[in-house]
Amino acid sequence: MTSASIPEAQSAARRTMPAVDWVLVLALLGVGGAMVRALRYTPADAMLGAVQRILYIHVPSAIQGMYVACTIMAVCGGLYLWIKDERLDRVAESAAEVGFVFLTVVLTTGAIWGKSSWGTAWAWEPRLTSALFLWFVVLSYLILRDAIENREARARLSAVLGVLALLLVPFIHMTVYLFRGLHPEPIALKPGRPDMSPEMLSTFLIANVAFMFFFFALVRVRYQWASVRDARASMEQS
Amino acid sequence: MSELAFRAPSFLADTVRIARKDLLIEFRTRSGFLSATVFALLSLAIFRFSWDPTVVASVDLAPGVLWVIFTFSGLLGLNRAFGVEQANNALDGLLASPVSREAIFAGKALGNLMFVLAVQLMALPTLALFFGLPVGPEWLGVVAVAVLAAIGFVAVGTLFAAVASNTRLAEMLLPMLALPFFIPVLIPAAQATSRLLAGFPLGDVAAELKILGAFDIVFVAACTLAFPFTLEE
Repeated sequence: MTSASIPEAQSAARRTMPAVDWVLVLALLGVGGAMVRALRYTPADAMLGAVQRILYIHVPSAIQGMYVACTIMAVCGGLYLWIKDERLDRVAESAAEVGFVFLTVVLTTGAIWGKSSWGTAWAWEPRLTSALFLWFVVLSYLILRDAIENREARARLSAVLGVLALLLVPFIHMTVYLFRGLHPEPIALKPGRPDMSPEMLSTFLIANVAFMFFFFALVRVRYQWASVRDARASMEQS
Repeated sequence: MSELAFRAPSFLADTVRIARKDLLIEFRTRSGFLSATVFALLSLAIFRFSWDPTVVASVDLAPGVLWVIFTFSGLLGLNRAFGVEQANNALDGLLASPVSREAIFAGKALGNLMFVLAVQLMALPTLALFFGLPVGPEWLGVVAVAVLAAIGFVAVGTLFAAVASNTRLAEMLLPMLALPFFIPVLIPAAQATSRLLAGFPLGDVAAELKILGAFDIVFVAACTLAFPFTLEE
């Protein structure tokens, strides 16, 4: 490694990482708009009161964090093992990390909502339990990545974990529903939804679109960062 | 003789050969088995003092204690499976031998299964003794649950032991990787055990047994297929 390679990498970084990421700015504006609409222009739930508005963060985060992020992590991992393209590994890495943040948001907002409307911040209810276990799986995926120095080995081993995680999810669902005897109605998690007013439904859909856009904008930034990091690592090796 | 014709019948023989090698090393050194068994027995004794028997009946506590101990004593054994191959780069020798990688995995897993079952064989009677549980035909069901759970436990655990041995954290990482995957084994196993010990018939734990059986089938197959990817090309 020569000292000249670092400024070189920095210029490479400037080329690929713009000072202001406009996609992310747009996504943030979208999320902000959805939140303003949820707080100012959507009626609160008659039974649950103002806390019900947390639904507009909680459910969109859950959809992105639990379903979209984990699917990307597993599918890109499986494809990586097949065609060994580093870009797939970077996508899986980025989706897992952003998904982990979204899952943390799900658990946090769920605890706040639960404390207010159930009287307890945590219950061993099927949906909560499976969300928590999924959070642990993604966390162990990130810890595994962190524990491997070699790029090729990191991609390969974390892809194995990602693919197996996809097989694990149905089993976690089956297992936690053994608890059903204690908590008969998991629908309680979405109190407002079955008979949502039109304003609520449109706010809910807008929030979902905004969060999806936000999720992919974050994954995009994280992916660009990973590309620069890997490019720099290759440059330093040579 | 073509490669395929050579391999197909020898898969099982290779598997048994590798398992026998690991168990022979284990039998001669007794390092893993002793530490896992002593750990299990000590934990059983310690757990006995961690709760008030006048408040919680021992039959309610025993299944949880049993499965916590199985998990952690099993993890002790799993780490050893690839630990013994690291000295003198023994794994390279194993990979260079004319044995398929799937057979290496199956052999390692079979050796670990014997190890885990041996620890369970020591722990189950001790549990009955220390916790004053009635001994009767319901223990056959408990043994069936333990064997079914051990198969899935060992398949996942052996794979992640191979993954963890390739990382900076090595054996520190194994519990973090494997425990989330043990959830669908531990929860049904503990629930089935508690129901069986409470005197319910085997038919009442059919749902738990089905989950355990399905987990075994899916993860034995998936881990065998995934194992070659955990090795250097």
